[in-house]
Amino acid sequence: MSATFVQFLFAGLTVGAVYALIALGFSLVYNASHVINFAQGEFVMLGGLAAAFMVADGVPLGLAAVLAVLLAVAVALALYLFGIRPAHGASVVALIIVTIGASILIRGLAGIVFDRNFHSLPPISGEEPIRILGAVVAPQSLWVTGVTALVALALWLFFSRTLWGKAMLAAAWNPLAAELVGIDPRRVVLASFALAGALGALAGLLITPLAPTHFQVGTMLGLKGFAAAIVGGLGSGPGALVGGLVVGLVESFAAGYLSSAYKDAIAFVIILVALVVRPQGLLGRAVAERV
Amino acid sequence: MGRVWGSRLFAVGVLAVVLSVLPVLLPGTYTLDVLTNVGIAAIVCVGLNLLFGYAGQISLGHAGFFGIGAYASAILVTDRDWPAPLALLAGMALSGLLAFAVARPILRLRGHYLAMATLGLGIIVSIVLNQEVGLTGGPDGMPVDPFTVAGHTVEGPLAWYAVVAVSLLLVTWLSLNLIDSPVGRALRAVHGAEIAARTCGVDTASYKVFVFVLSAVIASYAGSLYAHFTGWLTPGEAGFLRSIQFVTMVVLGGMASTFGAIAGAALLGALPQFLTVFHDYEHVMLGLAMMATMILLPRGLLPSLFALFGRRVW
Repeated sequence: MSATFVQFLFAGLTVGAVYALIALGFSLVYNASHVINFAQGEFVMLGGLAAAFMVADGVPLGLAAVLAVLLAVAVALALYLFGIRPAHGASVVALIIVTIGASILIRGLAGIVFDRNFHSLPPISGEEPIRILGAVVAPQSLWVTGVTALVALALWLFFSRTLWGKAMLAAAWNPLAAELVGIDPRRVVLASFALAGALGALAGLLITPLAPTHFQVGTMLGLKGFAAAIVGGLGSGPGALVGGLVVGLVESFAAGYLSSAYKDAIAFVIILVALVVRPQGLLGRAVAERV
Repeated sequence: MGRVWGSRLFAVGVLAVVLSVLPVLLPGTYTLDVLTNVGIAAIVCVGLNLLFGYAGQISLGHAGFFGIGAYASAILVTDRDWPAPLALLAGMALSGLLAFAVARPILRLRGHYLAMATLGLGIIVSIVLNQEVGLTGGPDGMPVDPFTVAGHTVEGPLAWYAVVAVSLLLVTWLSLNLIDSPVGRALRAVHGAEIAARTCGVDTASYKVFVFVLSAVIASYAGSLYAHFTGWLTPGEAGFLRSIQFVTMVVLGGMASTFGAIAGAALLGALPQFLTVFHDYEHVMLGLAMMATMILLPRGLLPSLFALFGRRVW
């Protein structure tokens, strides 16, 4: 393996892990409410930007991170309570527009409350690069992939071992039956939005030391995360992880070997091909539609 | 049939009167520019409404076709010295071909998947326009020569307003006629119950492709007008936000209503002009407006109003 190959591999895994976290947020919300939350990318922006401002004001990194996650959770809950729930029963398109409106709103507010400049966070464990198989890797890259792996494990345990997790799965699978056995679907939806907000903010916290954040970074990150969710299979947790890594790796190798100017475009071309060839996603199940 | 024809003619007549009275009621270079911009967006929305309101196929990428038209005119007329009408037609042909090439595989998808596919298509176009700096000038944009036909140049706000108003009338006329034709009925059948329509022998796939290509060509036409009208073009015009704007206009005015699409374009197009008072809060207000209309008027403005008066919607 050449050093450049390993270099691109690590870059792809790092950015792919971030896309995976965003995609998990999309899938959680989709499972609970059948809403595609186009504001998911704004949680990423809020996480990174809020923490960066707090750290600049002297708040310790750990505390700033917790507060930034709480902020994103609060915004996600507000989005559901004041945006999605009142539009209950609206068409798919109306809900898409509500969440896109929300993302424009959140972005606009962030531009006013924070500012319109680029901000960064200090990396978690120094900037001394590590050499792996000839490639130069920032320690933060390992944090990004490591934390994502831990989050994935924690989510898997949550959904397969805890009553709460199983209740959420049940409500996603069959809301009526879940309600009959005493699961409150509204609390499940609330929990899903809160979790999606937290995952988004976490993604923002992890990536900001590597890629400075800005009040407008949410749009592209959100779209890539959505793409990852679809490539992996909308609503599938493992699918979101695989989808995120696939989109990240494809983007990284395309940028390295083909054209860095077109790396974003190549990611979307792959998604178009994936949609046409396998619309249910890599790990999604084909669903027969009832007429 | 006579009554249908009568009401359609009447509707276009009303629009024609409104369009001719507007510059008298709201004179001034600035208002005319706003009205022209609204008219250009309305042309796109009337086309998009056919695809989206009638056939029920969402597109989050129509700014891509708008951008192809705009840049075809800009590049061919400004850099290659083509006659403007020929460049406009070339843009429409290119948009139509691209739409035709992707339509069949893409329009098999539904709901969120169709949204993602059209969104991806639009983003690819906008990335190409951003990156091909040699052709398009990149993110900084490029100048566009005026629109000249047979030695006559379209100049000044009133002339541009007239060109856009006449174009909007023609597109509206086309749209109303199409909706009341067998094609229109087939499109509504696709929206209402696609499989039932197919069972009845309606070639739904071909109708979907047809209306996708038609709406793309109309968007491209509007894009060409826009390029010559503003005289300076940036890739933002082909971007994701622009696509969202078009879709919001259609939904805001009311889906499956040609005049609703125009009303939506007028409202959302004029909104930022009023919002300049709020300056920094422009995006906040836009986002709030989008959310509020979808929550309070999920059927859109015109159908909600007409339902109030118990009238049929055109």
